[in-house]
Amino acid sequence: MNKTIITVVGKDTVGIIAGVCSYLAENQINIEDISQTIVNGYFNMMMVADMNKCPKQHAQIAEELEDLGQKIGVIIKAQREEIFDNMHRV
Amino acid sequence: MINFYEVNETNQMIEKENLDVRTITMGISLLDVIDSDLKNLNRKIYEKIYAAAENLVATGDDIGREFGIPIVNKRISVTPISLIGAAACKCADDFIEIAKTLDKVAHDVGVNFIGGYSALVAKGTTRADEMLINSIPQALAVTERVCASVNLGSTKTGINMDSVRLMGEIILKAADLTKERDSLGCAKLVVFCNAPDDNPFMAGAFHGVTETDTVINVGVSGPGVVKTALSKVRGESFEVLCETIKKTAFKVTRVGQLVAKEASRRLNVPFGIVDLSLAPTPAVGDSVADILCEMGLEYAGAPGTTAALALLNDQVKKGGVMASSYVGGLSGAFIPVSEDQGMIDAVTAGALTLEKLEAMTCVCSVGLDMIAIPGDTKATTIAGIIADEMAIGMINQKTTAVRVIPVAGKKIGDVAEFGGLLGYAPIMKVNPFSCDDFIKRSGRIPAPIHSFKN
Repeated sequence: MNKTIITVVGKDTVGIIAGVCSYLAENQINIEDISQTIVNGYFNMMMVADMNKCPKQHAQIAEELEDLGQKIGVIIKAQREEIFDNMHRV
Repeated sequence: MINFYEVNETNQMIEKENLDVRTITMGISLLDVIDSDLKNLNRKIYEKIYAAAENLVATGDDIGREFGIPIVNKRISVTPISLIGAAACKCADDFIEIAKTLDKVAHDVGVNFIGGYSALVAKGTTRADEMLINSIPQALAVTERVCASVNLGSTKTGINMDSVRLMGEIILKAADLTKERDSLGCAKLVVFCNAPDDNPFMAGAFHGVTETDTVINVGVSGPGVVKTALSKVRGESFEVLCETIKKTAFKVTRVGQLVAKEASRRLNVPFGIVDLSLAPTPAVGDSVADILCEMGLEYAGAPGTTAALALLNDQVKKGGVMASSYVGGLSGAFIPVSEDQGMIDAVTAGALTLEKLEAMTCVCSVGLDMIAIPGDTKATTIAGIIADEMAIGMINQKTTAVRVIPVAGKKIGDVAEFGGLLGYAPIMKVNPFSCDDFIKRSGRIPAPIHSFKN
């Protein structure tokens, strides 16, 4: 329960995964699944994360990840899994 | 488990195709604050609405952030004020005091519109109804966020032609009192036939007397999403076309349902309905007219438009009802002119006329919406336009509405600017021939034969 989908999209560069993962570790967020590809130099990653032990509110995490993305030069979104489940599963 | 492709599809819809939740509207009953003292009434109205909706905007924003979907508007609808003010108001000016209270509380809780400055006069008009209707032009001129609506007829009761005639004059007066802002007052005033009690969309939202104390209704949107989906099936059969619209409507509605449930849980207010309407905005790519063009029309308004719109409206409903257990409000496709870039282009190109729009309202969810007409249009002509639209609703057992803006001082070919979500509109030609003697008759049009089902 309470899964979060984190997506990272942007121009590929060194340290994207490292940056995102260290932030998640600092906030007690467990990564359960990662898939990642690079298409034409564009980095594309999706993570399924468990935020149950995270002390911060979801909205705050989403904002901080967005800021982190701006620093690295990619777009990071953290969305609750339900929106995808509801849309794509009957 | 959700896969990469599905996540990307959802985010693409949100980022590139303008998918959003158009409005979370909290319906609040004011029946329990009725008071015969105007001062007390105003105080109690303010307190009840403030207490109920204090956290509406913050909660809506939180949900939007967590799911990563914009929730564009947070709004309030209240019980028709003609009922609430009936005991306290002795004149039209008293009603304006209530309008000011509504405006203030809307401002203080941070919602951008509050609906329910309304009268339900489908069969007859009480003294309070009449006072409220007469106060509408002034109320809309002195407030920012108050929206007014009047239900003039229904399939069960027929059409109250006395009020239709009066509304022709009221609309002109509202236009005149806001002439410095291109008659913006009229953009916040709509008349209905068969008005729904649970409509979350402005300007026609009000909290019906059949509703519970407070309720959360949600209006979704997503014309851009439907258009993009259809662009992938160009040239395919009608079966494929319908299937594509249905599937897309399902996805869009599910998001609405999720947001509605979540808002209802967090605010501890019962969930009412999801309104499935495809509601356009002036943003590029957020247009219902573009969907019609994608189906194969050169412009909205070309021959075939009514058929295309009928198909669209029906498939949106078929996909949507599967996605939510409680569907209500207007649910269909909106065809406002000023709020839809594709419609504006069609009018400018000469493809779309008022008469064609009227035909389109027979098969879509609402009616003549956000249409700018010359400022010198006669009151009886406006009443005639209203009567035609009410008749379509009455006979076809559907909701129809009229929101026309006779823009003071402007003529055919000029442009009216309303700003923001309300957009801009080219002034459209109105049939110049008179209906004076028809409109001047008193009384009402009786209910149609198929209303006698008991």
